[in-house]
Amino acid sequence: METIQIILDALPTLLSGMGLTLEITIISLVLAMVIGLVLGVFSITKSKILRAISTVFVDMIRGTPLLVQILFIYFGIPSVFDVNLTAFAAGVIAITINAAAYLVEIFRAGINSIDKGQMEAGRSIGFSYWQTMRLIVLPQAVRRMIPAFVNQFIVSIKDTSLLSAIGIAELTFSGQSIYAANFRAFEILFAVGVLYFVIIYTLSLLSRWLERRLDVA
Amino acid sequence: MKMIEVKSLKKSFGKLEVLKDINIDVAPQEVVCVIGPSGSGKSTLLRCMNRLEEPTAGEIFIEEDNLTDTKTNINQLRQRMGMVFQQFNLFPHKTVMENITMGPQRLKGKSKTEVKELGSQLLEKVGLVDKAKVYPDNLSGGQKQRVAIARALAMEPSIMLFDEPTSALDPEMVGEVLQVMKDLAEDGMTMVIVTHEMGFAKEVADRVIFMDEGFIVEEGSPAELFDNPQHERTKSFLSKVL
Repeated sequence: METIQIILDALPTLLSGMGLTLEITIISLVLAMVIGLVLGVFSITKSKILRAISTVFVDMIRGTPLLVQILFIYFGIPSVFDVNLTAFAAGVIAITINAAAYLVEIFRAGINSIDKGQMEAGRSIGFSYWQTMRLIVLPQAVRRMIPAFVNQFIVSIKDTSLLSAIGIAELTFSGQSIYAANFRAFEILFAVGVLYFVIIYTLSLLSRWLERRLDVA
Repeated sequence: MKMIEVKSLKKSFGKLEVLKDINIDVAPQEVVCVIGPSGSGKSTLLRCMNRLEEPTAGEIFIEEDNLTDTKTNINQLRQRMGMVFQQFNLFPHKTVMENITMGPQRLKGKSKTEVKELGSQLLEKVGLVDKAKVYPDNLSGGQKQRVAIARALAMEPSIMLFDEPTSALDPEMVGEVLQVMKDLAEDGMTMVIVTHEMGFAKEVADRVIFMDEGFIVEEGSPAELFDNPQHERTKSFLSKVL
C-alpha cells in the first residue's frame, strides 16, 4: 500500500514532467520533419552543393553523441558566442537537429524507393519537378516511410530524457528530483518507466491504425 | 509545318555514344514507327524528344519551338506531347479517373466537372468506362496501358510518343492496346512509336525507321522497308523478327 501512496504522491510532479517531455518532443519532431524533408530532397537533387550540405549535416550529427550535442549547445556555444539560450530552447534545438539527421536518411531512402518511372510520368504530363515530387512521389513515399518515422519518433521521445543533464524538468528529471528527496528510487523510476511506456505505446497504436487506413486507399 | 524536327542529335551516357547524328522530320498526322535491335538507341531517341533524356548535342524542334533551348519552358512544351511508357507508370495512389484528370485540372486550370467529363470521354474511347473509380493495381496490363494512353490524351497533346507500349504485356493483351493506338492514328494524331510489333508497324505506320548502333540505317514506307530493304543490317534484322 505504501508503494502506491508513494507513486500517487509523486504523480503530479511526474505528470508535469511528462507534459514537458511531450511538449519538447512534439515541437522538436515537427521542426525535425521539416528539416529532414528539405535536406532529404537536397540529398537526391543534381546539385552537388545541396547534396554536400545534406551529407555534412547528417554525418556530423550522426557521428557525435546526443549528450555531447546537448551540452555543446547549452554550455559550449554561449561560452564563446554572445547567445543566451534557455535550457528549454537548447533542448529543443538538440533534439530537433538530432532527429532531423536521421529523418533525412529516412526521407532519402523513401523517395529513392519510388520507381523513377513515376517522376518521368509526372514530368511527361507537364508537371514541374517540385509538383511531381509533391503530388506523385512524396504521397507514395511517405506511406512507405511511416514505420521508419514512428521508429525515429520513439527514439526521440526517449532521447529527451538526456535533457535532464541540463536541468530541464522533463519526465526523467522530475523522477530524479523526487527520489533524491524520498530515496524511493524503485517506485519512482518504475512509475517513470510506465509513463514513458504509455506515451510510446499510444504512438505505436496510432501508427498501426494509420498504416491500416492508408493501405486501404 | 513540321511537328517534330530532330537535327544532328547526339546523346552519350558517359563514354558510351548511344545516338550518333540523328535527323528526323515528322509531318502533321504522320505515324512513324521506329524499329531496331535492343540497344540501338531507339528508346533514347524517343526520350530525347521530350527531354526525359538531355541531348548531348543537336537540336529538336516541336511545332517549331526549340525544345533544346534552355530558355524554353520545358513543362509547357511537354504538355503538347503525350508519352506512353513500356511500364505504364500509372500513379498507384490515384484512381483511374484521378490519373487522367490530374494533369488537366492542375495544369490547365479546368474545373472538376470539366475534367470529369473529359475523363469519361477518354475512358469511353479506350473502352474502360466501368473502371473510373478503380485503382491501377486492380487492372490488367492491357487495361493499365489503355489508361496510360487516356492519361496522356487528357492534356490534349498534338503529338503522342510511345515507348514500346506493348512490350511488357501478356500476348493476349497486346491487341487491345494496339487497337486503341490504331484508332488514334485514324483520328489523325501525330505519333512516334518505338515498337517490336512489326505487324502493327506494317499496317498503321506511314513511315518506318530502322535504327542500329545509334544511327538511322534506313527509312521508308512500310512497303519499302519491310518488303524491299536496301541495307544488309536491315535485312538481317528483319529476317530475325519477321
